[in-house]
Parts: sequence; structure tokens; C-alpha cells
Amino acid sequence: MNGYLFHTESDRREMLRAIGAESVQEIIDGQVPPAVQMKRPLELPPAADEMTLESELRRLAASNASVSSHVCFMGGGAYDHFIPAVVDEIASRGEYYTSYTPYQAEVSQGNLQVMFEYETLVSQITGLDVSNASLYDGGSAATEAVLMALASVKKRHKVITSDAVHPEYREILEAYLQNIDAELVVVPASESGTSEGILDAIDEQTACVLIQHPNFFGRLEQVRKIADAAHQAGALVIQSFDPISVGLLKRPGDLGVDIAVAEGQCLGNPLQYGGPYLGIMACRQDLMRRMPGRIAGQTTDRRGNRCWVLTLQTREQHIRREKATSNICSNQTLLALRATVYLSLLGPQGLKETAEHCVVKTNQARERFAASERFELVHAGPVFKEFLVRDREGDVQALLEHATDHGVLAGVPVGPMEPKWKDCFLVAVTEKRTEADLDRLMKVLESAPADEANRLAETV
Amino acid sequence: MRNQQATKLLFEMSRSGRRAHHLPPLPAEGETAASLLPADQLADAPPPLPELAEGDVVRHFVNLSTLNMSVDTHFYPLGSCTMKYNPKRNERMASLPGLVDVHPLQSDRSVPGVLQMLYELQQMIGEIAGLPGVSLQPAAGAHGELTALLVAAAYYRDRGEDQRRYVLTADSAHGTNPASAQMAGFSTRTVKSNAQGLVDLDDLKSKLDDKTAVFMLTNPNTLGLFDSQIKEITDLVHEAGALIYLDGANMNAILGITRPGDFGADLMHFNPHKTFSGPHGGGGPGAGPICVRDFLADYLPGPVVEKVGEEFRTVDPAKTIGRVRSFFGNVGVLARAYIYIRTYGKEGLRRVSEDAVLGANYLLSKVRHILDVPHGDRCMHEFVASAKKLKKEKHLSAMDLAKRLLDFGFHAPTVYFPLVVEEAVMVEPTETESKETLDAFAEALFRITEESGDVVEHAPHSTNISRPDDVIAARKPILRWTEKDK
Ligand SMILES: Cc1ncc(COP(=O)(O)O)c(C=O)c1O
Repeated sequence: MNGYLFHTESDRREMLRAIGAESVQEIIDGQVPPAVQMKRPLELPPAADEMTLESELRRLAASNASVSSHVCFMGGGAYDHFIPAVVDEIASRGEYYTSYTPYQAEVSQGNLQVMFEYETLVSQITGLDVSNASLYDGGSAATEAVLMALASVKKRHKVITSDAVHPEYREILEAYLQNIDAELVVVPASESGTSEGILDAIDEQTACVLIQHPNFFGRLEQVRKIADAAHQAGALVIQSFDPISVGLLKRPGDLGVDIAVAEGQCLGNPLQYGGPYLGIMACRQDLMRRMPGRIAGQTTDRRGNRCWVLTLQTREQHIRREKATSNICSNQTLLALRATVYLSLLGPQGLKETAEHCVVKTNQARERFAASERFELVHAGPVFKEFLVRDREGDVQALLEHATDHGVLAGVPVGPMEPKWKDCFLVAVTEKRTEADLDRLMKVLESAPADEANRLAETV
Repeated sequence: MRNQQATKLLFEMSRSGRRAHHLPPLPAEGETAASLLPADQLADAPPPLPELAEGDVVRHFVNLSTLNMSVDTHFYPLGSCTMKYNPKRNERMASLPGLVDVHPLQSDRSVPGVLQMLYELQQMIGEIAGLPGVSLQPAAGAHGELTALLVAAAYYRDRGEDQRRYVLTADSAHGTNPASAQMAGFSTRTVKSNAQGLVDLDDLKSKLDDKTAVFMLTNPNTLGLFDSQIKEITDLVHEAGALIYLDGANMNAILGITRPGDFGADLMHFNPHKTFSGPHGGGGPGAGPICVRDFLADYLPGPVVEKVGEEFRTVDPAKTIGRVRSFFGNVGVLARAYIYIRTYGKEGLRRVSEDAVLGANYLLSKVRHILDVPHGDRCMHEFVASAKKLKKEKHLSAMDLAKRLLDFGFHAPTVYFPLVVEEAVMVEPTETESKETLDAFAEALFRITEESGDVVEHAPHSTNISRPDDVIAARKPILRWTEKDK
């Protein structure tokens, strides 16, 4: 039989004798009423040995387009940044990936110190006081931040955001707020793709404002202005930011933001069709006890040595049950480890240069699209690492399929997320892209015949 | 010998001017990044990250790793967490190019292999659960609980039964159950356990009414016992018009033996990081796929994978609650679950549970002579002992016992959970441990109870640090390194 079991027949006999049972079935029958026991085997494929299964998985894997088989210009919250070899090497150590939550601090100092270092690095990239040890992903982290704000700002129920915030993040927020006493206001972005409209929406009922900067369209928001207006009205400000962007741009804490959240996939974590990713969250000191999730802190042991423990646990579900700040238990520690290794490899200079590559190359791509007959830029003005393009031929899905067939993942169609952008797609350019990649992108897109596009569209 | 230099904090190792990462130069002509962005948006300097050479980084993290206990290095009988062996083939296969480097927003047509795998996984766990509607989206068990409760809320709203505002949770339940109920917008009521550690039926009856939405049940429960009254429980709850949620944390006990759908559950989550071999990642990532009855499937979060002819497509269920996270789900974790289930196949999974039950009962038969086990002399995949007597007689707590086990080279069991057992010591050996290991663990436990109290009370003695001061850590929190600490 395939698998990882240990007991020989004689082990089994000895073990059953010690238990005083004839068979394992007898033990089961003593507890599981026969009426609810299965009378047939599970309908599953037969067991597969390693060699056979691996060759099958290789075939499955080879059938997919990926960022190694294709040139990737897709973004929309997940990006093809470079992952240094050291990140994979460290994260593949069994001492990290086969351990669990550091409940026994004395034999988990490795994980706990990494968590403490991660929290410090997150403070450094956000400019805020306190970070937790990770949440599930950038989208659910944004919603956790809103819940945290609703709990902190008493007797206010209004949450204001803009449609320049990732549509999926807004969907999560809607789903979580469905059954609780909260009102969600989504302000449309301006012509230029930014969220000044929020300024007029803020009122005395507003508990918090959620903005994304750089936003879903890659555009830069007036965060300081929005934060000042929100604070004036007694509301909190949450910013979803791009961790790479702070190599150049001001950090959330420097802009007056109260809670910063981010998708940490860009910090050394592979794309793997959407997860596992890394939810980053940091806040001001005075919000610390409302923070969801694990937090590692520094203390000393009985001999006076510096060491690390899980702390502020009275916020958490295993102590507070229904009064906890969140239900999160398992988190994304391994991804936080990868981000910690990644940021320690990049350092301030590496992060800055990575951000510069994104900005410069994104701008080169924008110029190409601006100069093309077929495409137009939807928004004027500066962007960080992505931008929205309109296809004058209008059939974005067929256009992008054509590009995929020619080796290029040319962008993210935004129509499926937001019908009003159905003739548009987002193009993201990371430090990995080259001049030659840009040539190829434009060549492939401009060669997509409009009529072929339409024909393809009917068959897809 | 411990390398003390390499395990200083990254920030203390930093030297200005060191670096590990280099990019090709940008073209000298053309605009600079700074000139392309508005001046008022630019930071004066990049964040004050540590500056290190590549060799520094590697030695640091490798040395730190050796300060952890893990499944690869130690027996890790952490109750409720199913710390089984994490197959290396899962790691390699899930990291194949074409799986690990696929963008989440690629078209369905460009990822047929990924969708096939996810579709088959939906089918397989639906079969194991006996519940046909499957969403792979939730990121962990707790997230699955919350998602399923949002599904239940949407179902009741649709039926005009908005008055069902209460979720019942067992007093032996994991803390995530009441916390998830609260987050989903419900109020909670606690159902007591009886003297046998099972659901107190009278208490359950007294709390069921037309305001009850869901009873969250863990079965086998957190005491490692399968609730033999399961039929009565599910009948009572269904008669009240409420739904049964099954916390699937303990599925490792019943794979192929019984199915939640067959014993009356309407919704459930799996913890693939437990049941389907994880790994646990030092705290995560996990995944928390949920399975529901057919009449609830339309409310599941999207996307789910459908098969149309020979093609696989992502679609949103008709009355979907929306989504609970971005993108598809923790696909890397789900891929490992897929590989694990395929490896054991139809007969193998049942054998996994049988061996988990065998190992736990064998260990129980030994531990019973060392510590009190208040609830039964048989169990499913785990059992809960109590150090209450030890506390009374020798002033040694469950925590002391846990700490001393570390000196014997064993990770500690879960302690102080479930709350219904005083000085709880919750032991889950899993099916991937040998009889010799279980014997050695029982022997260590026995020796500890015979040791002088002084030795145990001050344990651990052999680890890198002794017991940390948790009180100071919480009272005067130091949650990051700051420049002045340098
Ligand atoms: C009984 C039980 N329920 C729920 C959970 C929560 O699962 P997760 O940590 O995957 O969120 C756990 C995990 O420890 C558990 O043991």
C-alpha cells in the first residue's frame, strides 16, 4: 500500500493486545453507531505511487500557461516579481515548514524570532508602531481592518471606500458586513481614476475610510488629504498599500494613516493561482489591543536571557471566544518567513531599486500604448506599476486570449470584476520585464486582428 | 555549539553599505523614477531596512531554524492539530512550474490542468464529507467556519427566517467556533457537555428554538470521543429547523469510516493542513474548504470549478454570498491535499484513520496508568488526560509536565484545551508514528511523574532558553526592535 504508515502486522497485534481489543473495528464500533458507518469504500481513485503520480502532475502542470512559459504583464493584486533563491532555500527547511504555532516558546525560538523580525520589518515599511504576525491575504486583511475600526470607533456604522479599491477586496467587505450593523458607501473614482470623492462623503457617522494607494488602476491617491478630513470627522483611515511601492513613495504612517494593510505576495511569495498569500497589517500603538491575529513580543526567560513569546493573547479566540477581536487561528507564518527573508535580502537599496524599475518600465509601457493606434490610456497622470488600457476594438477577452496563445499574459481583464470597464484591461510591469518583453507585448497585441478576436470570442 | 552571532536580530547584524540583491542597471538615458512621480508623494529615503550580505541572511535563518521543534525532527503530539508526517513528494509536486507560478487571474482556458486538479479535489472531498456542494476558497479552518455561517445566514434570509440569530456552540468547542459565529453576525449560546464528555441532550433541547440558526458540533469531539447520540442530536436540531455545522478538525479519525453528511451534518470544513498532511508552516498557511448539502450549494462563495463537457470552468454559484478572500483560495495547500488523497486512494484513507485510532488507543492504554483520563478508556484519534491529581499531590501543573517533556525530546501535547477538563493534556499521536515512539513517549511521561517536583517545575533545562516571562511580555509589550535597542 502507498503512504506513510508504520505498523507491521505484529505491531498491530501487540498494540491491540495492550488495548484489550480484537480489532480496530471493535474500537470503532464501540463509539460510532453502525447505522452511520459507511457500508462501501469511498469513491476515490485508486492509490498512486510517487513515480506515477509525479508524471501525471507534470502533465497537468505542463498544460497550464504560467509566468515561466509566458511573459507576464498581469497584476491586479498579484505580481510577477523576482524571487531570490535564498527565499526558497530557507522556506524549504523542515524545521520551519513542519512546525506549528509556537505554543511552546522554549522550542520555537526560531519561529518566534522570525515573527518578531517580520513585525519589525512591517513597522519599517509602514511607518506604523505595531504589526501582527500575518493574516490570510491582502483582501481579507482590508476587511479585518474595517472590522477593527468599527469596534474602535463607537456608535458609528458607516464605512466609506471607493471603486478604485480592488473590486475583490470590496466584495469581501460586502460579504463580511452583510449580517452586521454597518453601512458601506462606495464612492466612484474620478475621471482621472482617483478617489477625491471620498472627501465629500465623509460625515459624522463615518467610522472609517478604506483607500488603496497606489490604487487598483495604479494611480496615486491624495492620502494625506483624505486622512486629515477623516480625522477631522473623528473617523479612522485604512490604507491598502503595495509593499514594493514604499521603496519610493511615502509610507502609510507618514501619510497619517491609522491602519495599513497589504497583500504580501509581492515579497518573495509565488503566484500559485491565488494562494497561499500573505495578509499584512500594522496600526498605531493605541489600536494595538484591537488588532486581530497572533503577535510575537520580546521578553526574558528565568535566567534573564532575551527571548520571544506569543503575546497579548487576551485578544484571541482561544482565550476570549466570542469576544475575541477575530476568529483567526492558523495564519500565514511561512509566507511571513519568506517576506522576512526577502526584505532582509533586498535591504533599503534593493527595495528602492525594485520600485524604480517598476516605475520606469511601467512608464515605458504606457508610452507604447499611448502611441498605438488601437489602444488608449484610460487615465492621465502618474502611476506606480500598473495602468488601465482601453481597447478601441472592444473585445478584451478575445484580445487577451490571442496574446496568451502567442506567449504573452498581456493583462488582467477588468470587465468581469466591474462591468463598466468591460473594454479595458490592466497592464502591470515589474522589475523582471525587459525592453524585449515590451516589444513582444506590443507586437502580439497589435497583431490581434479584430475580426479574429470576434470569431474567437464566440467560441470561448 | 550554538552560533550566537548569527542569531542576533537582523537589525543588530546590519552594517550600512552591505547588500545582497542586485538588479541590472536601468538605461542611463530616459526619465528617472523620481521624475515620473509627484515630488510630494516621494519619501525622503527608503524604509530603514537592515543591510546584510547574502551569507549573513542564510546563516541567520538556518541557525534560527535549529531552535524549532518540528515534525521533521520530533514527535509532535499536539492534540487537535494532527501533526502527521508531511510528505516530501507533496512539496516537490506542488512546486512544479505550471502550478506554482500561475497567475490567479489567468483565463480558464489557459489553466486547464490547475482547474482539473481543483475540480477533482472538490469531488474527492465532497465524497469524503458526504456533502456535495464544495467551496475551496476559505484560507483556514476558522475561515471555513465563518464562510459556512455566512452561507447559513444567506439561506435563512432567503427563506425569510431572519429571526434565526443564534448559533449554539459546545462548551468543549474550539475558540474559533464562537468567534466565527460572532463575526458572521450571530449571537452565541453555549451547550454543555455531560459527564461522559458528550453533548448534554437536555441542555441542547432547552436551547433550541425558532431563533436557532446553527449548532456547531465537533465530532469526534475535542475529547477525542465520537458522540454516539449523533442521530438524536441531528434530529433534534433539524426538527427545530436549524442546521448542523461540523467542525472538521478531527476528520483524521473517520476517513472512509463515517461521513458527516451521513450522520446529519449540513455544512462542514476540512483542515487540509491537518487531515491531508499540511504542512503547518510554523503557524500556517492552511486551507479551510467547506462542504455543504445540495440546498446550500447556491450560496457558496465563488468561484467554484465546473466541468462542462471536457472543459473546466470557474463560475459563481447562483445566489453566492460573494467572496471571503481574494482570488481562488490557498491553491498551494490544496494541491498538497490533492496529492495526499491520490497517494492513499480509496482504501488507503480508511487505513489512515484506523491507524490513527489504533495509535491513540494504544498510547491511551499506557497513559491511563500514569495520568487520569476522565472520559473513557477508549477514544478515536486523540484523548485528553488530566494533570489534576498531580497538581494536588505534587503541585505540578499540565504546563510543568509539558515543559519537562521538551527535555525528553518530545514536543508537548496541547494543554489547557478543551476547557471542560481541568489541567487538560490533549494527546494526538497520528498514524505516522511508530510503536517505539509511542512507547518512548509514555515512558518519558511516567519518568516525569516520578521525578522530584523541583526538576519538573523548573523545566525545561536543555532548551536554548528557560521559561519566558509571559506576564511582562503582555504588560509592557515590546513588539518590534527599535534603534535605541542597538
Ligand atoms: C477543533 C478545532 N476547530 C477549529 C480549528 C481552527 O482551524 P484553523 O487553525 O485552520 O483556522 C482548530 C485548529 O486548531 C481546531 O483544533
